Amino acid sequence: MASPTLDSMESNAHETPAAAARNRPRYETTSNPIVAGVGEPLVVVEGVEKYFGDFQALKDINLTVTKGEVVVVIGPSGSGKSTLCRTINRLETINAGEIRIDGKKLPEEGKALAALRADVGMVFQSFNLFAHKTILQNVTLGPIKVRGQSKADAEKAAMVLLERVGVEKQANKMPAQLSGGQQQRVAIARALAMKPKVMLFDEPTSALDPEMINEVLDVMIQLASEGMTMIVVTHEMGFARKAADRVVFMADGEIVEEATPEEFFSAPKSDRAKDFLSKLLSH
Amino acid sequence: MDTLLNNSDLFISGFRNTLILFFFSAIFALVIGIVVGAMRVSPVPIMRGVGTVYVNFIRNTPLTLLMFFFAFGYPKLDLPNPGYTVLAIIALSVYTATYVAEVLRSGFNTVPVGQAEAARAIGLPFGPTMSLVIMPQAFRAVIPPMMSVFIALLKNTTVAAGFSVAEAGTIRANLSERGEPAIVVLLWVAFFFVILVGFLAWLQRSLERRWKVLR
Repeated sequence: MASPTLDSMESNAHETPAAAARNRPRYETTSNPIVAGVGEPLVVVEGVEKYFGDFQALKDINLTVTKGEVVVVIGPSGSGKSTLCRTINRLETINAGEIRIDGKKLPEEGKALAALRADVGMVFQSFNLFAHKTILQNVTLGPIKVRGQSKADAEKAAMVLLERVGVEKQANKMPAQLSGGQQQRVAIARALAMKPKVMLFDEPTSALDPEMINEVLDVMIQLASEGMTMIVVTHEMGFARKAADRVVFMADGEIVEEATPEEFFSAPKSDRAKDFLSKLLSH
Repeated sequence: MDTLLNNSDLFISGFRNTLILFFFSAIFALVIGIVVGAMRVSPVPIMRGVGTVYVNFIRNTPLTLLMFFFAFGYPKLDLPNPGYTVLAIIALSVYTATYVAEVLRSGFNTVPVGQAEAARAIGLPFGPTMSLVIMPQAFRAVIPPMMSVFIALLKNTTVAAGFSVAEAGTIRANLSERGEPAIVVLLWVAFFFVILVGFLAWLQRSLERRWKVLR
């Protein structure tokens, strides 16, 4: 029981920047505005139920994500993890319960909902870059049209972001001319351009060729280490171990287990989680 | 050729009226069509309902009937009468807009739903999501059928002859009175229509080439 498992030894041996940031005491004040107010609840999901026809996709989901926290949601296909992610900026409506972001209840429709979505960054499995706009225009559209920035300011900020995710040379190309990994990094830059309070990642690497997965994960790990609040739905267990503060395991529309990555991967409590992990590790 | 040269006054004024009818009807049909097309995919049920009723009601009415209403029914309503040309433009616009709306709606369906989700996710409300992200891509996808709608509009302008707007379709009737051979006149009128439609087809091809959406 007390002997260290392979997992925990590994995570101690190679301390990543993300882990270093995580191990830093949370009350430490920094000049980074994203990290300010760490520990306060940012996303609160209470008693959320969601039906698709007769099928119940989410059953009494309760989840609180605090500022600066990185929560990774994992689970088998059809467990409702993507649906949960999409309800948080109301791309899916909910049938019961309540979702609050930074203390404000999610508005139902209209301008208020749009304003709230501007504060919640979203990265999709299929990138969803605007196909008729250049990379630079993809990143500046939101800042110009939603935030009311001038074109020059938005472009300057966009170039900084594109440089940060390593695609600044492609700024004037169309999305279809980029590789999947590059497109997804642009999608992350597009979301960051809105200066969101929280970032949602809905299986960001599931549509990528294996050799491109790491370039996207590296950007996400970097983001996590800078203190961004993140909710990540993924099948990348390596990312969960490296960057997550907490792992949420879902199955059949329910949250079955919540734990730190070390606890979850080395000593899962529920049978469902044990079963799920054994299937992953056997290959 | 004599038929044409001796009666150039009629040909010129006829085709000028055809172009006036076409030009204004096309612009109004496009504007109304865009609004109605957007209404039909709006999140507000009342908007969707109004859009659906409009399209089904007008599209199910023959153009001739619609023209007759504006030519003979409307003047009896004691409303300001703007003249037959304007009434003909209204009838053509209202009628063609239903086709524009339906073509656009099929264009919306070619735009992956993720495009709209991404637009909403960066905080764009319904209007800008439509005008900045969905419409531009939908338009590019429907250039061929959209141009067919406008080609049909160009030819439908001849129906306006039915209530004394002297456009190209009336040339034949007038020239028959001047004693010109009907078949020659008809061939000339047809020839000029082919040229006008040819211009629209050329416009279609160049737009298609310029606005290709890379996926």
